[in-house]
Amino acid sequence: MSSVKNQVRDYIMDNFLMGLRDVIVTDQASLLDLGIIDSTGVIELISFLEETYGIRVEDAEIVPDNLDSLEAIERYVARKTFESASSLTA
Amino acid sequence: MRSREQTEADPLALDCARAQREIAESIKEAIVRFRRRGAVVAVSGGVDSAVCCALAARALGSERVLALLLPERESSADSERLARKVVAALGVPFERHDITAALEAMGCYARRDEAVRAVVPEYGPGWRNKITISGGLVGQFNHFHLVTASPDGTRMERRLGLKEYLQIVAATNFKQRTRKIMEYYHADRLHYVVIGTPNKLEYDQGFFVKNGDGAADIKPIAHLYKSQVYALARDLGVPDEVLAATPTSDTYTLPQEQESFYFALPYRELDTAILYLEKGRPASDLARAIGVDDVTAARIYADICAKRRTTRYLHEPAILVGGA
Repeated sequence: MSSVKNQVRDYIMDNFLMGLRDVIVTDQASLLDLGIIDSTGVIELISFLEETYGIRVEDAEIVPDNLDSLEAIERYVARKTFESASSLTA
Repeated sequence: MRSREQTEADPLALDCARAQREIAESIKEAIVRFRRRGAVVAVSGGVDSAVCCALAARALGSERVLALLLPERESSADSERLARKVVAALGVPFERHDITAALEAMGCYARRDEAVRAVVPEYGPGWRNKITISGGLVGQFNHFHLVTASPDGTRMERRLGLKEYLQIVAATNFKQRTRKIMEYYHADRLHYVVIGTPNKLEYDQGFFVKNGDGAADIKPIAHLYKSQVYALARDLGVPDEVLAATPTSDTYTLPQEQESFYFALPYRELDTAILYLEKGRPASDLARAIGVDDVTAARIYADICAKRRTTRYLHEPAILVGGA
């Protein structure tokens, strides 16, 4: 199964970069600094994460530490899905 | 000549007489270059359009200026009252067109309300709404909330998803674009130019609608900070009541101060922040100047840059394939 990083990278390549391959999105690269996302792009990314992984992104979580790189996003999604699973089994 | 100490004490101080002369020259040059005979200005009741109208009247004579009052059913009654005061004080001829019917025909209100109801299903007649932007100053990415008030005054605030956010903004943009259509009708009819009224904060931060209030033949105050616009307004005899009014967007049905809608700071502080950023001064200098801590000052710089990035598209002309 594809990792969160790869799924988000594919989403970004298809939806934000229209398949143009002259931008390399590494795991650690800042999506903001690369000019890939802005405030509208962040909302779009959040919608994708919420729909794809069944999580709810809270206002306080809309921070670069969670959303500004593929690595950060994967870490964030893992934490949210873990929290969600824990609350279901509690 | 002002001393270095005076300049450093108030870097936003404006030599109003000189600014008026330079702007008047630029307006006249634009009219000659475009081979037009006068200028149309939409007067909203706010200080920016009042100053633009006054500058045009000074440059060209009031008889070569046409002011337009373009209310719609959701405009504040105060806006039109203030706009009338402005044109009366300046002695500029004006026409008033209510654009409500045009907006209804294009579905401005219905399309906006459809998107609002997708977020707040009980939204209906008698409810009011606005959008707010927040996040940048607390270290978050900026994001948008819909605020609604029911007829009994109960407020609700919900974060907007992409589809609803874009549809609400797209629908309300009909207002600025419809006004611009009317401005160009009169400009074409009279062989005039259209004057655009953004100040430097709005222009720099992209607080305008592309092909709406962002469209114009000349933008005489886009280089002036908001506090400089106020200084010029006082000098030009803009009515005190206009100077005293809180800047609002007058686009949504709930009262909406510009700083809660788009700008993260009161205009005086944002003036200083943009000035300091342009001069390459460190965030710690800004922190001292406006009385915030260093972290907040750094976030203010980041927020200004983020808004520039997000709105770059608004400034871009059409791309010509082949570099024609």
